Formats: sequence, structure tokens, C-alpha cells
Amino acid sequence: MTRVYVPRDSGALSVGAEAVARAIAAEAALRNLPVELVRNGSRGLYWLEPFVEVELPSGRAAYGPVTEADVTDLFGAGFLQGKPHRLSLGKPEEIPYLAKQERLTFERVGITDPVSVADYEAHGGYRGLRRALTMQPADIVEAVVQSGLRGRGGAAFPTGIKWKTVLGAVGDQKYVVCNADEGDSGTFSDRMIMEGDPLVLIEGMTIAGIAVGATRGYIYLRSEYPDALVALNQAIKGATAEGWLGRSVGGSGKAFELEVRVGAGAYICGEETAMLESLEGKRGMVRFKPPLPAIAGLFGKPTAINNVISFASVPLVLDRGADFYREYGMGRSRGTLPIQLAGNIKHGGLVEKAFGVSLRELLYDYGGGSHSGRPIRAVQVGGPLGAFIPESQFDLPLDYEAFAAKNAMVGHGGIVAFDDTVDMAAMARYAMEFCAIESCGKCTPCRIGSTRGVEVMDRVLAARQSKDPAAAEESVALLKDLCDTMIAGSLCALGGMAPFPVLSAVQHFPEDFGLPTAALAAAGR
Amino acid sequence: MADTRAWEPVVNRVVTELRAVPGGLLPILHAIQHEIGYIPPDAVPAIADGLNISRAEVHGVISFYHDFRSEPAGRHVVHVCRAESCQAMGAEALLAHACERLGVEVHGTTPDGSVTLEPIYCLGNCALSPAIMVDHRVHGRISQQRLSTMLEALQGSASAAGAAR
Repeated sequence: MTRVYVPRDSGALSVGAEAVARAIAAEAALRNLPVELVRNGSRGLYWLEPFVEVELPSGRAAYGPVTEADVTDLFGAGFLQGKPHRLSLGKPEEIPYLAKQERLTFERVGITDPVSVADYEAHGGYRGLRRALTMQPADIVEAVVQSGLRGRGGAAFPTGIKWKTVLGAVGDQKYVVCNADEGDSGTFSDRMIMEGDPLVLIEGMTIAGIAVGATRGYIYLRSEYPDALVALNQAIKGATAEGWLGRSVGGSGKAFELEVRVGAGAYICGEETAMLESLEGKRGMVRFKPPLPAIAGLFGKPTAINNVISFASVPLVLDRGADFYREYGMGRSRGTLPIQLAGNIKHGGLVEKAFGVSLRELLYDYGGGSHSGRPIRAVQVGGPLGAFIPESQFDLPLDYEAFAAKNAMVGHGGIVAFDDTVDMAAMARYAMEFCAIESCGKCTPCRIGSTRGVEVMDRVLAARQSKDPAAAEESVALLKDLCDTMIAGSLCALGGMAPFPVLSAVQHFPEDFGLPTAALAAAGR
Repeated sequence: MADTRAWEPVVNRVVTELRAVPGGLLPILHAIQHEIGYIPPDAVPAIADGLNISRAEVHGVISFYHDFRSEPAGRHVVHVCRAESCQAMGAEALLAHACERLGVEVHGTTPDGSVTLEPIYCLGNCALSPAIMVDHRVHGRISQQRLSTMLEALQGSASAAGAAR
């Protein structure tokens, strides 16, 4: 029996992996060859998807990008024996893009059958939880504090400190909630984990439950991820059948049950308090803080909320120790970050590296430059609320503090590249438009400010069109004033940070805003 | 009149099944929309009664979330992503192309009822931008030409299905 891996990852499926899998099964049946198809996660080399791997005694052989039409030819060439073919990629782990990475959180993604508990355990799974079950809750929390792990959803708050608050909070019921509403453009690492190694998320959430004393967990998943929903539910079913979820986790006598809840297409529900409202069956309106969700969260009970990658990093911390994890990284940014290369980029995909890697290295050494072949003019890091960064700052290391010092943010580690055809004024308008579409409407600066922002940007664009620099300058001054109000007066990060892409576009690309020559000269243009 | 309330048994069953679920309104709305294709405005009272909340609260939730619709969509729903990553790869032109090919505005449905066109803000397929979703299936690296072919197939199959009915 030869094992052949074809990803079930929705990115791979989006370029035809399902048809490739079916064609391989059909061709194997036709030739009477014993083939076992495993639907794995994606290795994250998306330009090579569908990325097909064959298991050989000497390791795996990879082929890609494979189309349905290539399958007969691959069989003819003897790909089941690892024979060469024009789509041969050699051993997957030796492809430089992968070989140079530091895969910790993603160590199993693409390697295992995502929903097989047996495969998960054979590759180091559930070792962290086993260890945690022998520890006191406070010691588990302390290990997470010591690891230096900070929330990977974007806010970078220390995970262990959050857990400590929940552990210390009094409540007849506590909850663990995973924020899987990965709505930032340019990010897909949560999706890859949920589709490619959902059990590591489940294990991380279970450890959190044991640590803080919560018996019930929810994964709040965005509705745009139907394939992740299937994988998560299959994995939860498997983990429950094996006794890793339920009334007595791993026979410990401690209960932890898990359920996936699906959102309904509202970006704001990625804000943790709006997410709680949504989980309670309400409009996703942002709550005032305090009280912190750690004290009064879901249904008013103490709740530990973390992002997918944060939870998925915890099993490793418990298994190999806090010191192992914190050895990676720089400054106060410890461990690794699964970085996502997106937009106009030749080699888009997932690059897990220790903090400290530069944008330039990511964009050119990994990303291979732009997809269009034109110069990369700007990148947006950290989603729709992240600043645009010009080429002159590409040596910036990925580090929470280094980015903050430039009024930018690492966020969830998504990097969207734009080539030199981008109109930065149009992007600034879009940032305001997006905020207006997605605002929950609770606070005025965000609800009204974003709409006024679109109008002001329309005036800027009109002034640019009619070559009226004075009018453009006047509108840009108003725009900056409006941004100040939104930053200072908004209740949450949506209204409070939507101005960052706008202001950074004006600051770094003033030539796109139709400003007077004097203003451009002042900006060094 | 009886026919126009054909959805009633579905709504009653879903509400009965899920009313005890903590925070169950979203699961109920998803289940109804999954089975019926939309959430009939006339179903709001039954949902509100079942959960012991006001009709205003139910309506408020339906109108808040982009996913929920109060009238039927076309036989196929095409979502074109217009978030930043896809914009960097020409999403705005792709969306304009879709509007032109279908002869509809964004959020519109073709006169033959075959296709509804919606914008969407990130499908998580950003390494393979531009991306679209057709009836819950994501497609990556979509050119205008490929989109045309797909739309043609959708409209063709939809009208064929309509004729068969």
C-alpha cells in the first residue's frame, strides 16, 4: 500500500486539489495499484498547490503544482516509486522555503492526517496535555507566563497573565473561548491550523480549561471557513471518542467539553467582547471594558479568550518547556510567529519564523518578490487596521515593539504586498469604507467618522482628478483631524486603528493624494 | 396563502430543537437559512416566542450580520473578495467585470434568478488572490476570463435546471 497525500486545505482545494485526489484514486483503481489517499493539511507553499506527496521508504517525494490532467502522466512516470517527473520537487522538507523555517506551532501541518487522533499522538500530540494533567493549575499558568507567549490574535497581550486572572476569578462556571474569527485580509494561519492540525488547537484549549478551571469551551469560527468547520467537528468527535474531551479528560476526572459556533459574516466579531455578544446570540456590539472578559465574560462568567495560534502554541510549551519556547525570538517578542505572505507576491504562503526576521527577507528571500514582477511599493502588515509600510522601511524586524515604534503593528502576522500600480489614496479610501461597512455602530467616532472619512477621501480624489492641489491639501488636513478623533475617541480597535492605514498612506505616499509641490517637498518628495 | 408559509414546519422544528442551546439565536438562524435559503420576515415572531425574546431583538440580529438574508437569493451565490490582498491582485476590476457580465449591481440578482452577486471581505485564501466563493466553494487565482466561464456555466446550468422544472 502506497500512501499518497493530497491536501484538504481550502487553499489547495481552491486550485483543484479535490479533482486531483479523485483522479489519483480513479487512476490507481484503473491500474489496480494499492494507494491509500491521506487528506493532509497544506505545507503552506501555495504557489505549488495542489502539492502532492508520496510516502517512500526513504521519506516523502513531492510533486506540484499538480493538475487533474497531470495525474495519468504522473502514474506513467512512476511517481508512486518517487521517480522523477517535470513536477518533481524532491523531498518536501528540503525545499528551501520550508527548510529555512522554524516550524513549532506548525510542526505537524502537512505531515499528519489532521483528524486522526492516532496520527496526532504518533507525532507528539497530547504530550503537553499529559504533562499538564500531572501539574497544579497555577503551575500550568506559570509555565505559559514563563514561555513569554503573547496573544497571537494581534493585541499581543501575555497569554499567561490573562489565564492567571481567570484562574483567580471566582465563578460557578468558567469558559474557554477561542477567537477563530480570522477576518484580517492577508491572514490565514488560523485557518491552516484548523484545517491542517485541529487537534493541536483542541489540546491547547483543553490545557487552558484544566489550567483556569473551565469545563466548557467554544470555538467561534467565521462562516467564511466551511472546510475548517468540517475538520474541527471531525477532530472534536475523534478526541471525544478517545477520551481526550468529555467528562474525564484523559481519565483525570476533570471535565472539558468543546463546541464550535459559527459567526455570520461580521468583521467586528473578531473583537473579543463583540464575539462574546455574538456567542450569546446577540448583535455583535462591542462591550465597554472593564469588566474584563477574564472576570465577567461569556454569559457574565470568567472567560479565557485567546486566538487560534495562541492556543495552538501552548501544547508545545507544556511538552518541551517554557525555556525551549522562549529561546526563540527577540526582545519581548518570544517564540515564533506564523507569518502569512499574501497579496501581490510570487511565493505566497506560510512562513513560521522566530520573531526578528525582517520584512525584506520575508518579501524577497521567501516571497520571491511580487507576483506581477513589478517592484513592491508598499506592504500592509497586520490586516485592515495595520499601517502601510514603504520600501524604505523593509529592514524593520518583525517584533511587536519595533513595529509599534513606527506606528505600525505586527498583528496576526499577515503581510499583504502591493506592486507599484497601487493607488494609495484609493487604499486609504477603502480603509475608511471597510470601517464604515463593519462598524458595530456603538460609538460615534467609528460609526460616523468612518462615513465622513469616505466622503473626505472622495473629495481628495476629486481634487486630485481636477488637479486642484489646494483643495486636496485642505481635505487631507481635515482627514488627519478626523483620524485623530477616531483614534482618541473610539471604543475599540476598529474605529481606533482604521486611521492607521489612512495616515500611513498619507505620510509615506503623499504623491498619491494630489498635494501641492510644497507639501510634497516638506515630506521629502 | 398556505404555500407562501411552506417554511413554517421547518422554522417550528428548528426552534424547538435549538431553543435550549445557550445563546442559540445564531445557530437557529443559520439552521433556518440553511434549509430555506433565507429567513422569512414572517418567521420572526415564532423565533422570538421560542426564545422568549422580543421580535425587535431577533430582527436586530438578522439585520446586523451580513450572512443573513430576508429574501431568497439566486440559485447560485457568487462572492467576490474585495479585501486588501485580493485588491492587490485586481479584485476591484474582477468585481466590476462580474457586475458587467451579469448585468447587476453588487448585492443584485440576475433577472433570471440564476446568480446573486455579493462582495465578501476575506476568504482566508490570500496567498492565492484574487479569490471568489461560489456556493460555499472557494476558488483561487481567478482571472476575469475564468470568472466569465464560471458565470456562464452557472447561468447555463441554472436556466437548464429551471427549464427542467
